[in-house]
Parts: sequence; C-alpha cells; structure tokens
Amino acid sequence: MSNLFEIAGRETLHELEYVGKLNIQLWDTLRGMRRALPLIGNRHRWHAAVQQMLEIGVDALPMVALLAMCSGFILAMQGASELRRFGALHFVIDLVAVGFTRELGPLLTAIAVSGRSGSAFAAEIGTMKVTEEIDALKVMAFDPVEFLLAPKYLAALVAVPCLSIVAGLFGILAGGLFMFFSTHLGLVLYFRYVLTSIVLRDVLAGFLKSLAFATIIAHVGCLEGLRVRGGPEAVGHSTTMAVVRSTFLVVVADAIFTTIFYFIGRA
Amino acid sequence: MPLISVRDLVVEYDGRRVLDGLNLDIEAGEITVLLGGSGSGKSTLLRQILGLERPKAGSIYIQGTDITRCSQADLKRIRRSVGVAFQSAALFNSLSLEDNIALTLREHTALTPSVIDLIVWMKLAVVGLANFGKLHPQELSGGMKKRAAVARALALDPDILVLDEPSAGLDPIVAAELDELILFLKEAFQITALVVTHELPSAFRIADRIAMLFNGSLLAVGTKDEICANQHPRLRQFLNRVPENPVHIPALASYLERYVQTGEAKP
Repeated sequence: MSNLFEIAGRETLHELEYVGKLNIQLWDTLRGMRRALPLIGNRHRWHAAVQQMLEIGVDALPMVALLAMCSGFILAMQGASELRRFGALHFVIDLVAVGFTRELGPLLTAIAVSGRSGSAFAAEIGTMKVTEEIDALKVMAFDPVEFLLAPKYLAALVAVPCLSIVAGLFGILAGGLFMFFSTHLGLVLYFRYVLTSIVLRDVLAGFLKSLAFATIIAHVGCLEGLRVRGGPEAVGHSTTMAVVRSTFLVVVADAIFTTIFYFIGRA
Repeated sequence: MPLISVRDLVVEYDGRRVLDGLNLDIEAGEITVLLGGSGSGKSTLLRQILGLERPKAGSIYIQGTDITRCSQADLKRIRRSVGVAFQSAALFNSLSLEDNIALTLREHTALTPSVIDLIVWMKLAVVGLANFGKLHPQELSGGMKKRAAVARALALDPDILVLDEPSAGLDPIVAAELDELILFLKEAFQITALVVTHELPSAFRIADRIAMLFNGSLLAVGTKDEICANQHPRLRQFLNRVPENPVHIPALASYLERYVQTGEAKP
C-alpha cells in the first residue's frame, strides 16, 4: 500500500513539475512574442508566424470542417431522437447552436489541431534538438524561444479561434441540413433561430476556450520537442506524448472553463 | 592575454565529475587542438566554452568576459564573435545552404540583401561550395556538410572559430582537405581556432598547440614537439594507440575451448 502512495506521490510531483515547466515556457514565450508581432517586431519572426498560421489554420480547414459537419449531424440526430418524444424538436436548433458555439467548435478544433500541429511542433523541435540545431541557434546568438516558440504560439493564438469559428459554422450548418431534411425547415429561417438562441456570452466562452486550447497545444508540443533526449526514437515518443498530453490537458481545461461559466451563468 | 581562458572549471552530471578543476589558455591567432579519448571531457569542455551549459564551479573568460556569470546580452555579443561548426554540422535542414549562411547576416546585421548574397557566395567559395548554394543539407555528402558548417561559422567573420570533430567520419582525402581549409583560414584571416578531435594525423597537421585531456583533467599542453617529447604514460599510450585493456587472445581461445567442451560459461 505504501508503495502505491509512493508511486502516486512521485507521479504527482512529476506532473506538477511538468506544469511548472509549461508555465515557465509560457512566460518566456510571452516575453519573446513582442518580436514576432507585425510592425513593432522582427519581420522574419512575423513571416515565420504567418507561415505557421497557414500550416495550422488553412491546411487544417477541410479536416476541421468535415469533422464539424459529421459531429453536427450526429448531435442533431441524437438530440432529435430524444426531443421528438417530448414534442420539443425545435430545441435541436438551440442544442446544436449553443453546443457548437460554446463547446464543440473549440473542442473539436483543439483535438484536430493537437493531432496535426501539436505533434508537428514536437517532431520539428525534437528533430532540431537531436541534430544539434537548437544548440546551433544558441551559438549563433539566437534565442530559441523567440526564434521557434514565439511564432508558433502567435500563429496558434490566431489560427485556433478562427478554426473554432469555422467548426462552429459547419457544425451549425449540419444541424440546419438535418432540420431541412427531417422537418423541411428552411435554412434562412433556421439561421434566424440560431441567431436568437446564441447570446454574446456563448461566443465569448467559446473564444476564451479556443485561446486556452491554442496555448495548451502550442506549448505542450514545443515543450515535448525541447525535452527530447537521445536519438530519433525519442522524437517519435515526444510526438506521441505531445498529442496525448495536449488532448488530456485540453479536456481538463474545458471541464474547468465549463464549470466556471456554469456558475457565472447561474449567478 | 589569452583570447579564451578556462579557470578551475568543474562540471558534474548527476554527481559524476566530468571536468575536474580544468585550466586552459587559448592564445590569439593560434590553432589549439583539444585531444583526448572518448569520454575524456572534450565535448563537455566545448559546450562550456560555447556557453551551452553552466559549470558547477570555475570561470571561462572569452575576450576578457566571464561567460559563466555574464548577462544574456553579453553572452549574445560574445557569441557573435565566435563561429562554431558542430560535429553533426547542425545545418538547418529546412533552409538551403545559402539561407543557412545568410541567416545570421540577415538577423544580426543591417546589410542589404545584395551585399548579403555577395558575402554568402564568398563564404561558400572559401570552402569550395560556391556552386552548391541552392542545395539543401540533405542533398550534400558528409564532407560537404562539414565544409558548409565551416562556411556558416565564418558568416559573421568571427574572431574565434570552434570546430567539433571536423574530420570525424570522413575519408582520409576529405579529412585532409578540411585540414588544409583550417590552415588556409588561419593564414588568410588570422583566425583563432579551437579544434576538438581524436584524429591524431589531423591534430598534428593543423595544431600550433595541443591540449590533451584525460578523465576530465588536462594531461599536457604544448606545441607539437613538446607533446611528442612528453613521456607521460597515458599520453604515450594515446599517441602510440595502445589499447587500455587489450583482449588477451590466447586466454580467450582457451576459454572458448573449455566452454565448447564443458558448457561452463564462467571463465
């Protein structure tokens, strides 16, 4: 039994240390991010950030849209099958609209971006670590945080909320298509109902969540890459860990945010 | 006054002492070769001199500044006067050779693009790669990568050139070409070079002074003649290439014979 507590304690300390490192890295990146901003920063960093935005955002657009469409259909169909029994089929519109704006849009986007870009960050930085490119950057008087992490973080902060909006729109559109085929409700009317069911607080909640998810994905991916020790096999491990840890932390953060918004909403 | 001065340097990894109170001076305009077997502490000393790690105790003065205690801004300033070619070359795989060399010029100088292009071409010409600037590192041979790394190290016209195992893993002809290149750089640019190697022919061809490391301590420092005349048993063993624990073939043969006859595994 004492052994079990020992293991649990060790693992807890290990995870706390990990979160501490994430926070230190976040702080360093925030300090270096000024150099990645347009006009006031270094134009090379800004170009790198734009390139990353295209990779994180534009390249992921079809995948996120398809994922949201499928999820929108599933949510609408599952909701309809239950709500129909109570004669409350029209609440499917609220379910899909509020669900995607507050919750599913940011969450589905975060899972997709974590799998695509979080793992890519870990692989890129991990490979650079193994091939001494990070050391080369340092001895060439570059700050790896400013050079590598800041553009990635800035790009994630822009791309993930944009993708979340796209995911929300496609998810809601899927709900509209379901309503059209099942009840012949016109899409224009459907979107009018959607606009009446969403309030600013829902949009803000989704936006804040997507910013938090972007922070988690970018920093877990980069930290896993920077933690690589040894050879190429360690890069593979770090890539897997980047996806596992960022997905886990995204869900935990989502639960925390939802709890906070739930109690704020009740107050 | 020496250009690089290492004073009482102590480095430990997990309580294991890797460098033990090491003292070393590197004079301006000389090629100093750091010689030693595997695990003698050569690479550790190099990482310390490059400011990539912090020592447990001691100081490293480069151009009069103690890099173990100086600010990040001072460390960056010093790094701009030190060119480094890593053992693995550590070229940025995502950039062409030209861009690898131009990177520091674009970021650390206010030169116009046309001037940068000219400097890049000159650096590539110095190492005999003028026609390969558009290629990416993965398209180059091992020897070409090492030469490209030297060209990148020369980009900012450094006062000090640090070369980590420049001829390791190369065939004798390419290794000799690199040695000639190092000698040419010294003649042409009066550069101070620190070369880490365990290749004896290369060391004796290029060195003005040789420093021999053994078990984290400096065994001997001197000119080639002084090193050749030194009668320290460890130094003689290294120079004469005598194995430390030679395999005793007759004993091994009798052990194998007994194993075949009796199946007894223990000697």
